[in-house]
Amino acid sequence: MTESPIDQSVFAELQDAMGSDFVEELVTTFLDEAPGILTELKRAAEMGEQNTLRRAAHSLKSNANIFGAHELAELTRQMEISGLEPEPSQIDILNAEFKRTATTLKDLLDG
Amino acid sequence: MGESGSRLLIVDDNKVNRLLLSRSVELLGYHASVAENGKIAMQRLRDETFDLLLLDIEMPEMDGFEVLEAIKLDPALRDLPVIVTSSVEGIDNVVRCIELGAEDYLSKPVNPVLLKARLASGLEKKRLRDEQRVLLERFATSEVALDLQESGFALGGRQVNASVLFCDIRGFTALSENQPPEETIELLNIYYTLMFEAIDCHGGIVTLMIGDGLMALFGAPQPLEDPARCAVSAAQDMLAMIEQFNLDRVVADKPEIRIGIGIATGEVVAGYAGTQQRATYTCIGSKVNLAARLEAHTKVIGCEILIDDDTRSALDEKVGLKTIHQVQLKGFSDPRDVYSVVFHQSQ
Repeated sequence: MTESPIDQSVFAELQDAMGSDFVEELVTTFLDEAPGILTELKRAAEMGEQNTLRRAAHSLKSNANIFGAHELAELTRQMEISGLEPEPSQIDILNAEFKRTATTLKDLLDG
Repeated sequence: MGESGSRLLIVDDNKVNRLLLSRSVELLGYHASVAENGKIAMQRLRDETFDLLLLDIEMPEMDGFEVLEAIKLDPALRDLPVIVTSSVEGIDNVVRCIELGAEDYLSKPVNPVLLKARLASGLEKKRLRDEQRVLLERFATSEVALDLQESGFALGGRQVNASVLFCDIRGFTALSENQPPEETIELLNIYYTLMFEAIDCHGGIVTLMIGDGLMALFGAPQPLEDPARCAVSAAQDMLAMIEQFNLDRVVADKPEIRIGIGIATGEVVAGYAGTQQRATYTCIGSKVNLAARLEAHTKVIGCEILIDDDTRSALDEKVGLKTIHQVQLKGFSDPRDVYSVVFHQSQ
């Protein structure tokens, strides 16, 4: 867990291709949008709404891949393909990984 | 780089993805618009003009598969290139996209180099298709072009109930001898523009143009509920347009032009005739000869529109018709009654 949740080379490449200002806007948008998607995912898991759950996991996965958040991408990918309702503990793990990712992303923007 | 100014529509339910894709295509010099689900995308595609669609699959309301299906069913959108950008799991989903008509599939996050290449290739295909369509329409009219696109090209005809219309300019040869050739061509261009407009407006197609003469068909390739009524209405509009055009000519100190129109209705054989290399949509039958003879006869008796008995029978309103009894037309053994449609000069 000491490893950075963000793959620095992917992030640097993104900044290089798109411009740092734009990446800042992109990260801010992600940090604004993702908590809503996580809430939706949790709700869908509780209600047993498979499609909504899959879509929310899919959405987070694609965003995680943009920033090189490999662990977050893997957790959401598992949820997307398994299609099963995740255990509450899995949701907790996902939330924790998102917090870790968000903190690192903020640090990267400030740094 | 690229066809700058090409308009792309990006469909994705995720805001971060929309932002990133918009930025990516804008960096390549394209114009990007966004839609957040399939439903909104279809609405925008119908209201605006786009050159290419970048489509996500997983979306609420209407997903990417449904968008691909809807596009395939819409003749106006069928040729729009679609590149699917998604991170759906499973090769079967990719195959399904291609089967539904997607041009290409790019997995997310989209690699900028691949995106650039695929966009250039998709837009080039679009440009070629558009060019082909313009050519087809220039030489074939939109109805024939649509018929060709829908059913493909095959020589051969079918029996249809249609109205055939012939029209030409009176004394055109004399008129053209007294003016420079450029003026004659300009006159013809205006004349054809006006006549095409009137014929098009009433569902007819122009199948033949020779000098100042034209032949139009109502009821094929697309069937019309009442071809006779359409042909007569078109003829009246044609005369009204010429009358309007003459006002300009008088002001410009040029001689007025007069046209004559003949219409016959009934069974004709319509279809593509020619060779595999060069063919034209046309129609054949005694009604075609009759319409041509009627048009010629307008000069003899000095009227504007002459119609045959079958055209007259198909009209529910018979006012404004004048019977010309027992006319002997060239090429027809028996004399027959024909009818002059009285054109009411406006104002």
